[in-house]
Amino acid sequence: MEEKTVMIRNLVKKFGSFTAVDNISFEVSRGEIFGFLGANGAGKTTAMRILCGLSKPTSGEGTVAGFSINSEQEQIKRHIGYMSQKFSLYPDLKVWENFELFGGIYGLNDKEIRIKTDSMLKALSLEDARNMYVRDMPLGWKQKLAFSIAMVHDPEIVFLDEPTGGVDPVTRRNFWETIYDAASKGVTVFVTTHYMDEAEYCDRVSIMVDGRIEALGSPAELKEAYGAADMDGVFTRIAGRGAAGQ
Amino acid sequence: MGNGAIEILGVSKSYGKTLALDNVSLEISKGEIFGLIGPDGAGKTSLFRILTTLTLPDAGTATVGGRDVVRDYSAIRCSIGYMPGHFALYQDLSVEENLKFYATVFGTTIEENYDTIRDIYSQIEMFRDRRARDLSGGMKQKLALCCALVHKPSVLFLDEPTTGVDAVSRREFWAMLGRIRESGVTIMVSTPYMDEAGLCDRIALILGGRIIGTGTPEEIVSGYPERLYAARGGNMFGILKVLRGVEGVTRCSSFGCECHVSVPEGGPDEKVLLRALAEAGMTGCSVEPIKAGIEDCFMSLS
Repeated sequence: MEEKTVMIRNLVKKFGSFTAVDNISFEVSRGEIFGFLGANGAGKTTAMRILCGLSKPTSGEGTVAGFSINSEQEQIKRHIGYMSQKFSLYPDLKVWENFELFGGIYGLNDKEIRIKTDSMLKALSLEDARNMYVRDMPLGWKQKLAFSIAMVHDPEIVFLDEPTGGVDPVTRRNFWETIYDAASKGVTVFVTTHYMDEAEYCDRVSIMVDGRIEALGSPAELKEAYGAADMDGVFTRIAGRGAAGQ
Repeated sequence: MGNGAIEILGVSKSYGKTLALDNVSLEISKGEIFGLIGPDGAGKTSLFRILTTLTLPDAGTATVGGRDVVRDYSAIRCSIGYMPGHFALYQDLSVEENLKFYATVFGTTIEENYDTIRDIYSQIEMFRDRRARDLSGGMKQKLALCCALVHKPSVLFLDEPTTGVDAVSRREFWAMLGRIRESGVTIMVSTPYMDEAGLCDRIALILGGRIIGTGTPEEIVSGYPERLYAARGGNMFGILKVLRGVEGVTRCSSFGCECHVSVPEGGPDEKVLLRALAEAGMTGCSVEPIKAGIEDCFMSLS
């Protein structure tokens, strides 16, 4: 049986009378790059907060990294990685201090942190940047470093919330190659983006509209099903209907 | 005075050791949509803050509507609209209160300039009593645009109005800008999304505080210095690896389901590239010559 890192059944989240997430179900396999798309206000952030153990569902069930989204939220937090473009690293700390901070938060001991810092900096070819303040690093370095640190505790799955927003074209592409590398080593990647070309790099993509998953499949399947030349065309067809009602 | 709604000559600006703008010169004509295209940290906001008279340049001069940004700052402030990157809305005020506030600050009323904002305001007017913090992202954006337009500015500055906005809402927003331009307003807009460049009359590409290219989108694209091919099929990251190893390939980048391969005149052609893929065991691929897009140009210039 294929290993599932995420299994979600009939997930619902209501705020008062407003249904932000309306009965969604999906699975993500180990090592898969799963693109989680949707228009603004479609419910992506709400759903993602539940998957990360930050919010409880109104109803429905599921597991992330093997832990229940209803009863094992603390376990989920310990076993996932999270990175967003907006907040990931502390700019006023040095590179090694960021490793120490995040390693400590995730319960690594001093020795484990030292080993991780060495091996990750080596893999990134950033050994010489160990004593640099993060604020002084070029964006491309920062981004790769943030991605590594999000995985300092060897999580099964890493959540990337718009990791490439506002990033220049070259850095953005390099970052996707980093994502691809991690996935090929078995890390499950759950990613949101507004760049439709990046949707093409995902193994499978889901598109949320008004709290529901309107479409789910590989980019090739979705393009075929919606008769679109690219994912931008698919997204416009699906999300365009929802946006008209706003 | 020429036809320039905005003239920028040799503007530089540093923050401590960081050179945010490095000798920037641009001319923006009346009634055009001028796009400033570049990633975060390129200097877009610094340039906007100088043109909207919120920061002084260290060197160089700039005029907006013929007025000097240093000497005539108060006159400029009355005649421009500015929508900063982060929504400048009062979260605790309702839609209508926000709009009224901005109108009052500029000594006018909603009624007096209703024509200017009608097209956009009519889309959110049904929520006029809702607080700004309870609006969706798309509605906030529309309200912020109304607030920047309510005093009938002659020049509109929009700093990353579409950042973090989904692809469908972005398209709607650009359609609105087109209609605002028709009323004679000059629009200077910045964006990190390269695909929005084609919606501007003219653009400047900015990176590391320097303008690395300027012209109409067509001019920029036709100035691409090399031959470009698109490779399709199979595994994208596999294709990238193989084609980067082909001698004479300058750059090889993923573009959605295609891989763009840049090759100098006299370099490998599509047959050579296809053969390299086949030799690496990647069958069923296609390679064909294509025209460059803005994003190709940006990468080539950066």
